[in-house]
Amino acid sequence: MSLIAEHLTLEVDRVRHLDDVSFTLKRGRLHTLIGRTLAGKTTLLRTIAGLQRLDDGTLDLDGRPFHGRPVWERDVAMVYEEFINYPHLTVLDNVAFPLRRRGVGRDAARERARAALERVSLTGFDDRRPAQLSGGQQQRVALARALVRNADVLLLDEPLANLDYKLREQMREEFRSLFSDQGGSVVLYTTTDPAEAMILGDVVLVMHEGRLIQVGPPDEVVDRPATTAVAGIVNDPPMNIVDGAIEDGTVRIGGMLSLPPAAHMRGLTPGRYRFGLRAMELGLGSEDDVKGAVTFSEVSGSETFLHVETGFGPLVLQIEGVHSFALDTSVPVMVDPERLFVFGPDDRLVAYPNTETGRPWRRSR
Amino acid sequence: MAQITLSGVGHTYGKANSDEGWALDPLDLVWENGNTYALLGPSGCGKTTMLNIISGLVKPTRGRILFDTRDVTNMPTARRNIAQVFQFPVIYGSMSVHDNLAFPLVCRKWPRDRIEQKVTEVAEVLDLGRGLRKPARSFTAAEKQLISLGRALVREDVAALLMDEPLTVIDPQFKFLLRRKLREITERFRLTVVYVTHDQNEAMTFANEVVVMNQGRVVQRASPEQLFEYPRTAYVGYFIGSPAMNFLPAGTDGGSLVFAGSKLRSGYDAATLPPGKLEIGVRAEYVEFVSEPSENTLAAKVTGVLNQGSIRVVTLLVAGEPAKVSITRGQPVPSGDVLVRLPADKIRVYVDGELATPAS
Repeated sequence: MSLIAEHLTLEVDRVRHLDDVSFTLKRGRLHTLIGRTLAGKTTLLRTIAGLQRLDDGTLDLDGRPFHGRPVWERDVAMVYEEFINYPHLTVLDNVAFPLRRRGVGRDAARERARAALERVSLTGFDDRRPAQLSGGQQQRVALARALVRNADVLLLDEPLANLDYKLREQMREEFRSLFSDQGGSVVLYTTTDPAEAMILGDVVLVMHEGRLIQVGPPDEVVDRPATTAVAGIVNDPPMNIVDGAIEDGTVRIGGMLSLPPAAHMRGLTPGRYRFGLRAMELGLGSEDDVKGAVTFSEVSGSETFLHVETGFGPLVLQIEGVHSFALDTSVPVMVDPERLFVFGPDDRLVAYPNTETGRPWRRSR
Repeated sequence: MAQITLSGVGHTYGKANSDEGWALDPLDLVWENGNTYALLGPSGCGKTTMLNIISGLVKPTRGRILFDTRDVTNMPTARRNIAQVFQFPVIYGSMSVHDNLAFPLVCRKWPRDRIEQKVTEVAEVLDLGRGLRKPARSFTAAEKQLISLGRALVREDVAALLMDEPLTVIDPQFKFLLRRKLREITERFRLTVVYVTHDQNEAMTFANEVVVMNQGRVVQRASPEQLFEYPRTAYVGYFIGSPAMNFLPAGTDGGSLVFAGSKLRSGYDAATLPPGKLEIGVRAEYVEFVSEPSENTLAAKVTGVLNQGSIRVVTLLVAGEPAKVSITRGQPVPSGDVLVRLPADKIRVYVDGELATPAS
C-alpha cells in the first residue's frame, strides 16, 4: 500500500521545477523531504494534492492512478507553513469541519474532533476562536484538522517554520510519536532543517534544483551522502568540500596537505577527487599540521564555530569549548584521513568513513 | 554611534495605571556604544516592544530614553537616525542595487561624487559590487537582506542598528554565511547593534552579550558562555541550550546534595542553601555514560534516541526522572540499563527556580 510517483516533470518558463522525480512512499511510514528554498518541495506537495498540473509523469495510490483525479476526489490533507484555520469557527468546529463536509453527524464529528485535539495536546480550548490562541496552538488546530480525517495522504509543508525555536524543538519531538500513530496514511513532511528531517523521518528524501538526489533512512543520507550537494544539505553547518587528489599512495589536498590514505580509500584509482570534511570532525591540531588564518569565530553555547581560510579554501571547524581568536590568527587544522568523505570530480560519493568502527573523535570521556 | 540608555522605561498596551499588566516591566538598561547585543526570548516576551521603544515606533508609558546624553523620548523615529533591518527584506525591487544603496543619500541631497564613493565602498563590504547594476529583485533573500542593511550603512550619522529577526526568511544553509557577514560588518563599522531573535543559536553566535527576556522582564544579561554555564533561572536553563538543561529534584543530607538516595559531590555546601524547592541542573552535553560506578554515578534506563544528524540525543529515566544526554555521531549509542555520571563541577543548584550561590 503506497503512493508511487514516476517521472514527475514540470517546466515553467523553461525552468525545471520538477525534473524526472520518482519515488515510493509507503503508508504508515514518516517521510521527510529536505531541501533548500526553491528546491521544488512545495511544488511536489501541490502536485500530489492535485493543485499543480504536470508536464509529464504519473502518480499511483495503492495501484490505482491518482494523478488524473481532480483535487476533490483525492483524499489529501495538508498543513501549511502559515497557520490556516477558519477564523469564524471555534477550535472544535474547525477540526470537525472536514468531517461535517463529508456528511458525518454533528455529535459524532465533534467527538472525533475532540479525540484529534487530544492527540495534538490541545484540550480545554474547544470554544475559543483561532485568533485567541498562540501561534503554536493555532498550528496544532490545523494539524488536528488534518489528522481527524485519516486521509489517504497527509502532506505537511514546513509546519514548524513559523514557530519559535524552542517550541519547534518541543513539537518536533512530539510529532515523532504523533505520526507513528498515523498508521494508515502516506505522510510526507517538508523542511529545510537537517535536525528536523533526521529526527522525524523514517525515510529522508533529499531534493535539490527540482530533482530527488537521494532517498534513504536518516543514517544513510548523513553517513553516505550520494553527492556533495547532499552533504551540503543534510549537515549544519554544510560539509566542507575541498579539492585534491590521490597520487603516489598519498592524499593530497590543494598542494599543501599530504595525508596517508585511510582504509576506506583503498582501491580508489589515483586521480583527482573532492574531499568532504564535517565541521565537527575537524580539530585544532599541533605545530606540524596545516595552518589556516581565522576569518571569523562564533560561539554557540559550549561550542565555537571557527571559520578558517586555508591555502586550499575556506573551512568551518566546530570545536568544543568557548574559544576566542583574533582575526587573522594562524591556527593549525587537524584533518583526520579516517573521517574524510571522498567524492569524484563529478561530485558523486566514492568512499566514506566506516561508521561502524567510528571512534569518538572528540569529547574524550 | 551612541550609547543608548533606558531609564525607568516601562510599557503597557492597555491604559496606563490600569491592571492590564506590563508588556515591558519598568527597567533600567544601558546599551553600550559599539557593542553587539542580542535580545532573546519567546513570542510575546516584550522584545519587539523594547526594540520599538528604542526606534521610536512606540512611545513608552513611562520612563526616558537617552542617546548618549540626548533625551529622545519624544523624538519621532525619523529624527533618531536609527538603521533598521526587518524580518523581510525591504528593498525597491525595480531599482538597481546601486540605486537602492544611493537612495537615502539622494534624499539627503549629497553631492553625486560623494554618493558614488560611499555606494561603492558599502557595496564592496557587502560583496554586492559585481551586481550593482542589476535590479534588486533578482537577488536571493540573503542578498536582499544585505541590500536592506546596505541602505542603513551608507548613512554616516547612524546612532544604532536594530535588527528584528533578520534571518527569518533565510535558508539554514545560508544563515551561517549571512550571520558571518553581519558580524564582520558590525565589527568593521563598530556599530551599536541590538539584534532581536527567538533563536538561541542565533543570539549566542551573533552577540557579545545576550539579554534574555521572558514575560516582559529581563531575566539575565550575560555573555553566551555565562548563559550556557550559569543560567540564572531554571527558565534560562530551559531556553538556552538544545536540548534544554536537565533538572532533577534534589534533597540535602548535611552538607551534601542528595538525588534518589545518592549523595552527590558538587561545588555547593547544601547546609547553607536557602529554604525552598531544590533542583539539580545539569547540561545534556555534560552528562557522561560510564561503565563502572564511581563518584556521582547514577543508574538509568535508556528510553529513546533522537537522531539529529551531527549529534544524537539519548533520552533516559534516572530514578524515574526524565533526562537527556547528547552524544556526538561516532560515539557508541547506549541502550537498556546504563550508568551515567554527573561531573561535580557541572552541577548547578536551583532553589525555587533561581540559581543558588556555590560555596566559595
